[in-house]
Amino acid sequence: MDRHPRTETRGGDAAAGSGIDAPGTASTAEHVVETMTMAAALNRALADALAEDERVLVFGEDVGALGGVFRITDGLTARFGERRCFDTPLAESGIVGTAVGMAMNGLIPVVEMQFDAFALPAFEQVVSHVAKLGNRTRGDVRMPMVIRIPFGGGIGGVEHHCDSSEAYYAHTPGLTVVSPSNPQDAYSLLRAAIASPDPVIFMEPKKLYWSKGVVDTSITADLRRASVVREGSDVTLISYGPSVAVALEAAEALAAEGRSAQVVDVRTLTPFDDETVSNAVRGTGRAVVIAEAPGFASVASEIQARVFEQCFEVLEAPVRRVTGFDTPFASPKFEHWYLPDVDRVLDAVDSLHWEG
Amino acid sequence: MSTPDTSLLPRDTPVQLIDEHGTATPDPDYALPSAERLQQAYASLVNGRRINDQCNALVRQGRLAVYPSSNGQEACQVAAALALAEGDWLFPTYRDSVSVIARGVAPEDAMVLLRGDWHSGYNPHAFGVAPQSTPLATQLLHAVGFAHAAMLRGEPTVVLAMCGDGATSEGDFHEAMNFAAVFKLPVVFFVQNNEFAISVPLSRQTAAPSLAHKAIGYGMPGRRVDGNDVAALLAVLQEAVDRGRRGDGPTLVEAHTYRMLAHTNADDDTRYRERDEVQAWVARDPLSRVRTYLRAEELLDDAAEAAMTEEAEGIAAELRAAMNADPELDPQELFAHVFAERPASLEAQWELLHDEIERTEAGA
Repeated sequence: MDRHPRTETRGGDAAAGSGIDAPGTASTAEHVVETMTMAAALNRALADALAEDERVLVFGEDVGALGGVFRITDGLTARFGERRCFDTPLAESGIVGTAVGMAMNGLIPVVEMQFDAFALPAFEQVVSHVAKLGNRTRGDVRMPMVIRIPFGGGIGGVEHHCDSSEAYYAHTPGLTVVSPSNPQDAYSLLRAAIASPDPVIFMEPKKLYWSKGVVDTSITADLRRASVVREGSDVTLISYGPSVAVALEAAEALAAEGRSAQVVDVRTLTPFDDETVSNAVRGTGRAVVIAEAPGFASVASEIQARVFEQCFEVLEAPVRRVTGFDTPFASPKFEHWYLPDVDRVLDAVDSLHWEG
Repeated sequence: MSTPDTSLLPRDTPVQLIDEHGTATPDPDYALPSAERLQQAYASLVNGRRINDQCNALVRQGRLAVYPSSNGQEACQVAAALALAEGDWLFPTYRDSVSVIARGVAPEDAMVLLRGDWHSGYNPHAFGVAPQSTPLATQLLHAVGFAHAAMLRGEPTVVLAMCGDGATSEGDFHEAMNFAAVFKLPVVFFVQNNEFAISVPLSRQTAAPSLAHKAIGYGMPGRRVDGNDVAALLAVLQEAVDRGRRGDGPTLVEAHTYRMLAHTNADDDTRYRERDEVQAWVARDPLSRVRTYLRAEELLDDAAEAAMTEEAEGIAAELRAAMNADPELDPQELFAHVFAERPASLEAQWELLHDEIERTEAGA
């Protein structure tokens, strides 16, 4: 292994040292096993994809010299050059719209939207073209591209910097919508997203960018598979992205109370892995869905409905949801009231008709 | 700040090489295209007009769901296709069927969208023609990205992206122009200014002296051309294509033309424009002026005209036959192309529909 291990001294400073190794030190065939942040795992995935496939390119706002506002693209321009990783004019529809043309012409663009709400100018391109071109052309033109969108709260961000916009994308046929919850999945799912022949909306939980975990770059992920991240027999907590951490914490607390909670990380919101989720719930007979986004007409609602439809005969109690409120995302000082937390999950679990 | 390069500004009047009476009008900057090229263009114009007329008739007969015709704009349609070389790409709108066909797509395949059989009827890669775009101006960005990819690979591809005057008000128009200029990409933005966006006149789209004037704001040349003069269109578009191919970046070309019919069959144009105005444009017909010129120069004789008419009638007859046949539709196709590989959820939905169809057929 010719890579230097990550230093463990960075704390919460995303700007320091999250970049890739010096030019020339990386071998595309070589796998590493290291503890790193989710930000570093994403950066590694981009670097490895760029190194392995000439067709891959990365662009967006501030992704070049700055390395992205969250430093996810740190060092990529220095290592791969301006042709492979570059800044664009500040126009999100332009970024996604030109990515469509590049994908039509044989490239695999991986573009960055700076923040969830700032991706909205590109919405028409995403819904009307990215999602539909493969279908429109009966498969003659496919759209291998990835749109990375940092999303969700928990970082004390001001208005328009903390939205959970996944439902808009998940509602659109033709899109694959993915959200990782840990550094390993961040690496493996982003690699799988870049390798997919279909367009992927890759939703990165901002508050987990600096969370750490071991990443083995030889591990691949199936883009259409949910993952059981904790085994348990009494109740299934179903979650994705930033809320998986809440679910896991709740499972710990439930264990202390003598209840065994299973945790499912949905990972790919659409196409949805009914099989894994339904099988999990069949094993426990109780389920709670946890997500940050407002609950009305949400991905959490969809999961709840599917579990009801597919597992009704084994359910001991109604499937419950713990979601954000149906309000605009809270300003920083209200955030702790808004975000679904462990207590709210425990209350939901308590309500699952245990007395019978 | 650098001083604006005023050579980027368009002329005060559109470039014209053959006037309304069919007389050649020499221009200091643009040479009249060769006789052969004009003959080729005229043949293509005859086909284009016939296709437009046939499609309008097919709508009335209920064989097409809708047809946004380019009657009156055929010179733009034909010149856009002729200006491009074989490896180049055209990014058309819903109104540009004649252009799509002039690039080689079979007329019945070009009509798949408007007949309602599918959302697009041809393989874009086989013809260098993107699917016809119905959302406005979005395809301009696709054209820019396509050209960017070609440039990164060092390929000589030039991309010509079409839109109307209404689309110049869309954000994507501006983003596309800006991206193309910043990255110095080989794109020709070809605006067919036909005076109306459905019912809304040009005066409600812009306060600029012309649409071509917008170009200087992005740092690219703007050109104005008589959109009913196929000779001028060929010359100006060729200059723009050549400029792109040389690596000198994008050009905005505004063609002044007129939509002779309503937006589509679903629209009543007597509500928003006077008949006198429409009538005035009949005299500027894009076919008659080049025909007059070619006849006067003895570059077109009765035999050649007869051959052209025969070819156009043949195309129309084939189109009629194809549109009057009812192709068998496969309901499974609803699910076949949404993803490269059909997910389990869509597999289940296909089973549901399949079962429903079988029960319906069994009960019938």
